Amino acid sequence: MALLSIRDLAVRFAGAPDAAGAVAGVSLEVDAGECVALVGESGSGKSQLLLACLGLLAAGGRASGSARFDGRELLGADGAAARQRGRGIGLVFQDATGSLTPHRRIGTLLAEVAVAARGCPAAQARQEVGHMLERVRLPDPARWSRAYPHELSGGMRQRVALAAALMARPRLLFADEPTTALDPTVQAGVIALLDELRQDTGMAVLLVTHDLGVAAALASRIAVLRAGRIVESAATATLLRNPRHPYSAELLAALAGGACA
Amino acid sequence: MTAPSLGRGMLRRFACNRGAVASLALLLLLGGVALVGPALLGRPPGWIDWEHVAVAPFTAAGHWLGTDRLGRDLLVRTLHGLRVSLAIALAATLVSLLVGVSWGAVAGYLRGRVDTLLMRIVDVLYALPQVFFVIVLTVACGRSPLTLLIAIAAFGWLTTARIVRAQALALREREFIAAAIVGGAGPVRIIARHVVPNLLGPVVVYATLLIPQAILVESFLSFLGIGVQQPLASLGNLIADGAAEMQTAPWLLLVPGGCLVLLVAVCNFLGDGLRDALDPQDS
Repeated sequence: MALLSIRDLAVRFAGAPDAAGAVAGVSLEVDAGECVALVGESGSGKSQLLLACLGLLAAGGRASGSARFDGRELLGADGAAARQRGRGIGLVFQDATGSLTPHRRIGTLLAEVAVAARGCPAAQARQEVGHMLERVRLPDPARWSRAYPHELSGGMRQRVALAAALMARPRLLFADEPTTALDPTVQAGVIALLDELRQDTGMAVLLVTHDLGVAAALASRIAVLRAGRIVESAATATLLRNPRHPYSAELLAALAGGACA
Repeated sequence: MTAPSLGRGMLRRFACNRGAVASLALLLLLGGVALVGPALLGRPPGWIDWEHVAVAPFTAAGHWLGTDRLGRDLLVRTLHGLRVSLAIALAATLVSLLVGVSWGAVAGYLRGRVDTLLMRIVDVLYALPQVFFVIVLTVACGRSPLTLLIAIAAFGWLTTARIVRAQALALREREFIAAAIVGGAGPVRIIARHVVPNLLGPVVVYATLLIPQAILVESFLSFLGIGVQQPLASLGNLIADGAAEMQTAPWLLLVPGGCLVLLVAVCNFLGDGLRDALDPQDS
């Protein structure tokens, strides 16, 4: 059975003019240890899909259909059930600056995740912070764990955000455009790190990106999302060699064009 | 944009504002004098000098600011009054902040029905006239500094709660809150660790405006006779005493009145300075 199994997931916002909704009936499966990429342009509903699974839709948003993580239904769960998600699913945002609480030191922030998500004793959590920062290749972890988020560079912040998500030891990581805000060299480093961590920890990754290049580098399967629907879903190699939907071909052409320029 | 931090940049901007720094120094001086002054002068506030009744300032040895109709030293009583007024105002502000911040943060973070309920309670209390409330309270609980403190704090927290709620509503939409939720943190932890610390900037500024307001309310109520009672001195009841003898002994009004004006003005200047320092766009 798949680790994450999404069936006919739809997201609608109260008062939104489009009858179709932000996400209009998406079905998707992610197996344990696998990396699946959800590729699509801005507004295609990829982020809303993740947020719906986590119960984090903005006010007025409603999700229908079904999303099962490890057999447990995620949609409609509230309170205590919602917190349980933290023990299985991690989340990394595009903007690491916004996702790290500004007034807290990196070390405290990371330790807190271990305490809150796993009930880890505080002293042990503090020890784990050092190891985790080393794992995400942050130079001089002892020094940076005392720093505040705004003192770090963009690439370092994204590594820290990744470390914060991993402190919960998730079995599934939602990565929402994790490299989009970074410049190309830093981007390559974060991609390599994400792949390495996935292989080491055996966690599954659901990667959301508009960049087919990033998706190709990380994912074994790619689903192309357009206007809230999956138009094509195939193994990465197949999709790159032989895109069947015109939109996939368009994305691929855009990637080739970008590479040539 | 990141939340305003209470860091080095803020200290530097604050240090550049001479008026605010001078205000802070003067406030500390007033506070220090109120704290240690009475002990240095070595006389209780009710001490009566039968030899010197109603003397003008600088005319009798040992009574620099003169005495009142009962022969009580005005300097001693003013310092005691300053101490009592400051203590009540500070305590009331502290209580207001504690209640207001937790109330507003819970309402703003949880939204929905909890928010509606909590904020309607605030609205209803807002509609209550404070003087009427204080009179009822003093009748029920007796006149004591504690009653006065409760009376001031009972109204002071309302605006704090509204300010904090508005901030919390904005904060809860930020990504780091979503990250904390996914990280397994419950509502209590999120409010205490991620919401409240991020809205302390505006709260600190508001607190410096809340203190002079509390001092004024305390003095006003004591002036009316429903606040601090004789023989205990407060700026309010000293002013009331002085006002009764304004024509024969104006210093009895001018000294505590001047003290009150100075104290409130200094607090307001300090609040302005802090607000400017916390807002990097405005420097």
